[in-house]
Amino acid sequence: MKTSNLLGAQTLFKREVRRFLKVNMQTIVTPALTAILYLLVFRYALGDRQVPGIGIDYFTFLVPGLAMMAMLQNAFANTSSSMIMGKVMGMQIYLLMAPLSAMEVVAAFLLAAVVRAVVVAVVFLLVLVPFVDLTIIHPWLIILYGVCGSLIMGGLGLLAGMWAKDFDNIAMVTNFIILPLTFLSGVFYSVSQLPELWQRVNYANPFFYLIDGFRYGFLGVGDTDPFASVGIVLLTVALVFASCWYLWRIGWRMKD
Amino acid sequence: MTALEIHGLSKTYGNGKIALQDVSLSVAKGSFYALLGPNGAGKSTLINILADTVRSGGGSVRLFGHDLFTDRSWCKRRMGVVPQEIAFDPFFTPREVLHFTSGLFGKKADDAWIDELFDRLELSQHTSKNTRQLSGGMRRRLLVAQALVHRPELVILDEPTAGVDVELRRRLWSFMRELNAKGTTILLTTHYLDEAEELCDQVAIINHGKLLTAQPMADLMRQVASSCLWLRYQQTIELSPADHEILAQYAPRTDAQGLYLQLGLQDDGQSTFHQAYQAAVDRFGPPLDAGVRKEDLEDVFLRLTARQVGEAK
Ligand SMILES: Nc1ncnc2c1ncn2[C@@H]1O[C@H](COP(=O)(O)OP(=O)(O)O)[C@@H](O)[C@H]1O
Ligand SMILES: [Mg+2]
Repeated sequence: MKTSNLLGAQTLFKREVRRFLKVNMQTIVTPALTAILYLLVFRYALGDRQVPGIGIDYFTFLVPGLAMMAMLQNAFANTSSSMIMGKVMGMQIYLLMAPLSAMEVVAAFLLAAVVRAVVVAVVFLLVLVPFVDLTIIHPWLIILYGVCGSLIMGGLGLLAGMWAKDFDNIAMVTNFIILPLTFLSGVFYSVSQLPELWQRVNYANPFFYLIDGFRYGFLGVGDTDPFASVGIVLLTVALVFASCWYLWRIGWRMKD
Repeated sequence: MTALEIHGLSKTYGNGKIALQDVSLSVAKGSFYALLGPNGAGKSTLINILADTVRSGGGSVRLFGHDLFTDRSWCKRRMGVVPQEIAFDPFFTPREVLHFTSGLFGKKADDAWIDELFDRLELSQHTSKNTRQLSGGMRRRLLVAQALVHRPELVILDEPTAGVDVELRRRLWSFMRELNAKGTTILLTTHYLDEAEELCDQVAIINHGKLLTAQPMADLMRQVASSCLWLRYQQTIELSPADHEILAQYAPRTDAQGLYLQLGLQDDGQSTFHQAYQAAVDRFGPPLDAGVRKEDLEDVFLRLTARQVGEAK
């Protein structure tokens, strides 16, 4: 008996991709532009200074971190906004009524989040190519950290979207959890610059490892050992995916 | 074979509200089935459990012989549900929405069928507008199209004609009748009892989450008295068990304020106007005013749901 619904999952994936492409000003151009603005501000504020302890100029240091930050934030935004929109507009029920397994739904949502994250990062990096001398030391680390980070954040966005009852709930999670954690994760500094206490805070921030690992792929230097963190990153992906899968399966906060 | 076999379906919501209690009913394949009941009776709860948007609280459901809860995917592909609440996807056009819905149900979009749906549901002029621009009635018709796009064998409509004007309602029903004639089983809830009476061959009535009756429409209509005598009183009337017993042959009831008494008049020579009037006067004295009107399904419905009738029509 046919129970899997590959076409259904593909359709959902395509719908999620088309949704963000339709409003690309908001979902691609604005995030890429925001990252570029950060870059310009810090570039002029800090001049040609080098990042202490790493020996790389600030501009080059900022680029990969900002790209990853944009990926993480956009992966989260893609799933969380789609979910809450579906809830508020009542379209949610079509995902519940369709013959789709939890696995198919979650996979489609997360893959679309990865696509959004990658598109934003690529647009950002392409704009900067003429201005920055960016090296790519470990391409596999870049791909691994980029994709895993987006999967984790897409998954967290899905969970937040399932939990939320309205747009305010999502704005709250985005503004009070996601933004601070991604901002304070070593995008703008190397932790070795920080006082002891703040260093410890950073090491407790999971996003710190994602951003540092991603940047390591470009620069070949960083605060952490990204090869040692691969296991924990993959485990986190599995954990987030399993949570999404289980909660979708039971219809958490969607089915009364 | 039965299209839908519901057995002992129950549901209590998280807030303690008991919405369904041990409801059992059976919808034969090919029938046009009405599920009636006053607001809050539990109709949408029942439908939403079938649609998998509300968790079941016990009982079993078989759809074309397959267990709904263990064979979800199989069942979902054969079922199309029009939800009561209007939902729409503000990002897409009606055509895109139907393409996506086909895909979600595992079917390649069939544009010929989609065009026919647009045509029959009077949406042909609006296929490439943004759904945001559609009126409420258009959005509801789009929901009907979404329920039909994967060509389900069982179509379930939860008050699809609420807010749809008379002309469009007629067209929608003629389309449903056509689908039914081609073998599609249809289950609907509606507030318009005349619609149910005209369209449906089977009827179930639920109230307060309990099934009151399930029978062929024709049988139910036989309980419709040919006419009904109403009497208006100055003081409120409360029907005691003794009143009910004495007036049993007239199936007596009062309106919400207890100022109107209604007595059904059968066309069988047993309960004539004169006798009914006399019986009422014997119990409650002469009325201020009285008259006779035709009974319809609504009277039977009200009698069964023990809801009291408003002003005599
Ligand atoms: N999500 C819910 N949570 C709590 N109570 C609900 C919920 N949905 C419906 N109810 C209650 O359950 C009862 C049945 O509702 P419903 O199935 O919508 O009735 P109908 O469709 O016949 O009007 C009502 O009393 C309603 O208030
Ligand atoms: Mg309802």
